[in-house]
Amino acid sequence: MAGHATKQIDAKTLWGGKMSPFSTSYGKLMMWFFLVSDALTFGGLLVAYGFTRHATDQAWPIGEETFNSLPFLGHGYPLIYVALMTFILIVSSVTMVLAVEAGHRMDRRGVTKWMIATIIGGFFFVGSQAWEWYHFIHGSEFGKVELADGSQAIVKGHFGEIENFKVIEAGHHHKKDDVIKAGSHGMTQADLMHEYQHAAAEGHILFNEETGKSTITLHDGSKAEISKKPNEHLELIVKKKGKKYAVNKKINGAEAEKMYEQVIGSGEKNRVIYGANLQQNEYGPQQYAQFFFFITGFHGFHVFSGVIINILILLMVLKGTIHRRGHYEMVEKTGLYWHFVDLVWVFVFTFFYLI
Amino acid sequence: MIRDDIYEYSLDAHHDEEAGKKIRKKIVFVTVLLTVITVVEVALGAFIKQGSGAWPIVKWSFIIMTLLKAGYIVLTFMHLGDERKGLRYVILVPYILFIIYLMFICLWEGGAVGEAWPATYAK
Repeated sequence: MAGHATKQIDAKTLWGGKMSPFSTSYGKLMMWFFLVSDALTFGGLLVAYGFTRHATDQAWPIGEETFNSLPFLGHGYPLIYVALMTFILIVSSVTMVLAVEAGHRMDRRGVTKWMIATIIGGFFFVGSQAWEWYHFIHGSEFGKVELADGSQAIVKGHFGEIENFKVIEAGHHHKKDDVIKAGSHGMTQADLMHEYQHAAAEGHILFNEETGKSTITLHDGSKAEISKKPNEHLELIVKKKGKKYAVNKKINGAEAEKMYEQVIGSGEKNRVIYGANLQQNEYGPQQYAQFFFFITGFHGFHVFSGVIINILILLMVLKGTIHRRGHYEMVEKTGLYWHFVDLVWVFVFTFFYLI
Repeated sequence: MIRDDIYEYSLDAHHDEEAGKKIRKKIVFVTVLLTVITVVEVALGAFIKQGSGAWPIVKWSFIIMTLLKAGYIVLTFMHLGDERKGLRYVILVPYILFIIYLMFICLWEGGAVGEAWPATYAK
């Protein structure tokens, strides 16, 4: 693949024939064809997502309600994190195009510098996506609840900390009057929370109207009394069925706290769902999480392979292999792929998070 | 008439420092533009609720802004705007035609399926 801006071109450059279609090299044209086919794949996936959304009569999740967390800062930051991810990817696309520009000036140092910046940006994006997935799978502290009238509600507010479980009926493992709290019985606060959420989903928590306390059936079959600070500032966002938007109404304050307590302590299975997996999720219809995993996962896979390809090309640049060819077209071709990944994200961002 | 054969191997394979300056200026401009569009999108998404009166306009403005971003990425970052006209059309026209057709047929069909089996599909 020798040859560049020259009037006299050898037969090899002309693809072994008499023509060089569109005055581009074979490699660049084939990269474009590959990108068109890959764009069809992503287009198909997003259209399938649209199909499902048009076909369902359930309330579809709203982006700013589902994705409103920031690392270390907690909840209440709608779409900020994903905007940050988008910005990171745009910036890494910019550094890539700067690398290509430096390549056109045969500036090897420039190419190296910008390629490294691009790779760092790519790793940041993949890392952000890992955090986002972790958060999506893990879910909120409250989960999604099914209210007494059968409607679904997502819950926002401040979760009252679990203090301890006091065993009132011995099981396989725990004895009567054991007090299980963070730091005892090899349990951490997260373990208590996990035990609590698992029991709530399985319908193993019973609220006693008279004492105002709840009892929990633990993993080993023992029964315990829950000591927990009250939830505060609860807001139940009730999802109404509707094809067009996730229309909702809100219940606040003491009424919301009482309703939530009743659902958790109902002793019925599947009244509350935490986090997401392929069977169910707390955000909306089952397919929502499936599409989330598949589309963002497939895109993340593209970003990851893009980073790997960028690293390989960077090594070639560092060794001088590409410089000796007299042109930096390899950088341009990987650049095309990298920009394509950014392009796909622009659409995923709109259709998954905004609309 | 532009001939698509023989002339040059790649239109912008090399350029000098002066041309580079101009190109970098354009890159900075596009960067700022993409960032501003993203910020506007997030602000609209965070403050205007689905189902409110302004929502249909916001929704369509999201789609228009997305296409604007996509256009700048493809034409400037991917240099498709600097390629030969023929290549530009070979890449864009079949894709756009096909995807519009696919969207039309699938979204329409999705609505019909939802009405035919409301309780069984997408629970």
